[in-house]
Amino acid sequence: MNKNIERLYNGIIKENPSFVLMLGMCPTLAVTTAAMNGLGMGLSTTVVLVCSNLLISLFRKVIPDGVRMPAFIVIVASLVTMVEFIMKAYTPALATQLGVYIPLIVVNCIILGRAESYASKNPVVPSIFDGIGMGLGFTFGLTCIGIIREILGAGQIFGVQILSLEWFTPITIFVMAPGAFLVLAFLVAVMNIVREKMEAKGKPLAAPSGCLTGDCASCGQSAMCTGKKSE
Amino acid sequence: MSDLFHVSSSPHVRSKDTSSRIMLYVALALLPTTAFGIYNFGYRALILILVTVATCVLSEWVFEKIIHKKSTINDFSAVVTGLLLALNLPATLPWWEAVIGGVFAIVIVKMMFGGLGQNFINPALGARCFLLIAFAADMTNFVIDEYTGATPLAAMRNGEAVNTMNMLIGKTAGTIGETSVIAILIGAIFLILMGVIDLRIPGSYLVTFVIFILLFGGHGLDWNYVTAQLCGGGIMLGAFFMATDYVTSPITPNGKLLFGVCLGVLTGVFRMFGANAEGVSFAIILSNLLVPMIEKITIPRAFGQVKEGK
Repeated sequence: MNKNIERLYNGIIKENPSFVLMLGMCPTLAVTTAAMNGLGMGLSTTVVLVCSNLLISLFRKVIPDGVRMPAFIVIVASLVTMVEFIMKAYTPALATQLGVYIPLIVVNCIILGRAESYASKNPVVPSIFDGIGMGLGFTFGLTCIGIIREILGAGQIFGVQILSLEWFTPITIFVMAPGAFLVLAFLVAVMNIVREKMEAKGKPLAAPSGCLTGDCASCGQSAMCTGKKSE
Repeated sequence: MSDLFHVSSSPHVRSKDTSSRIMLYVALALLPTTAFGIYNFGYRALILILVTVATCVLSEWVFEKIIHKKSTINDFSAVVTGLLLALNLPATLPWWEAVIGGVFAIVIVKMMFGGLGQNFINPALGARCFLLIAFAADMTNFVIDEYTGATPLAAMRNGEAVNTMNMLIGKTAGTIGETSVIAILIGAIFLILMGVIDLRIPGSYLVTFVIFILLFGGHGLDWNYVTAQLCGGGIMLGAFFMATDYVTSPITPNGKLLFGVCLGVLTGVFRMFGANAEGVSFAIILSNLLVPMIEKITIPRAFGQVKEGK
């Protein structure tokens, strides 16, 4: 059981996909105009991630190594289609807000990354917890960015006006694209301070993976990456 | 030992120019414009100018304190940034929005990239564009003589006639520093005489812009219209004070000419075909981003160097 809790901690804090691994940047920047959108996107990704980790871990001995990427994509795409239809049926407003970014969960780096680097090599239960941890970490990151952008850009949190418009002029740039980059940059800067503090304490966080380090060998996306360094 | 030559390493010829001296000249050259802005828009303009200058200097000082760097506020560049930013704001802007602009200019555009000499776009214009997107309504609220007036450019866009003489003197609506062409030209002539700015950038900028207006302005060879376009909006302030910023303009002579051409074409495109009546600040920022490429293709051939491939 200890290992499962370690997976949760790993996903939410130590290897937080948004702020430490820097994975899934496209939805992170595009849909976080409001806290609700961030939360919705994060949770739907979590559902897909947990189910895909479960299925891929179950079938990990059956899937031939040579065609594992197509196999993963088929599994993930089926799950995403299901999630999309469910969201359209029960949360149509959110589904309209997120728009094309729900189908795009299929190619979210986090899901394929976890499938490749964890679920395909580990037993079922830890894989599920890995999915929950990573998914919640992603949700946490998106919601943080969403809350900050919503407060600054509209004076609201989850649609509730907390800064009165009588004295507060919304800084509309924060709900537009440049605001996403600014907020993400500042949160990553804060995370880097935390990282330095943790290293000083002797509890280092994970190093950024993949493209940020140039270390293609250890990257979960290595098999399908087109911009890979030739070896 | 005494019969040996003692050769020090270069540079052997030193100029008396320092960053602080150049910045001081720019600040001096902006005085007529500033004074006219205060005269034209009243005490609110004065407050706004003081607020932005104080914010810029203070945020540079605080930022350098926090990251334990030597303070560089003595080079006056923060003062010039603050002054230029204020001159690019409408006098009615709430003071706290000006404070946000000042902090953005210094901390995000300038210091985050390494301070003076490292910023890739003009800090004052970066902050102006930030404010323009963030507070669109407040940034386009131009008031003159107690009533809201359209800027001459907006009036021209709507096909209304404008008084070019008023635009030359500066009795029109607009941002604090852009209205008076005469005041700007006094400062510009001072800078050119002191050798601080090079005529290449503003020259090729304005010439390209005029050609563009003649070709695509839709008014044919109407010199009145061309003069009004030249005197309206921020093109004069931009051409002489912001496009010529040492840090964000090319250093090669041909690059300067090319940079001016880019500015002229972009300004013309934004003014003629854009959604807004004005586009000088966006044109300058976009061209700032092109500077590394412009410099790359215009490096002069060193004496004796043979062209490659021949």
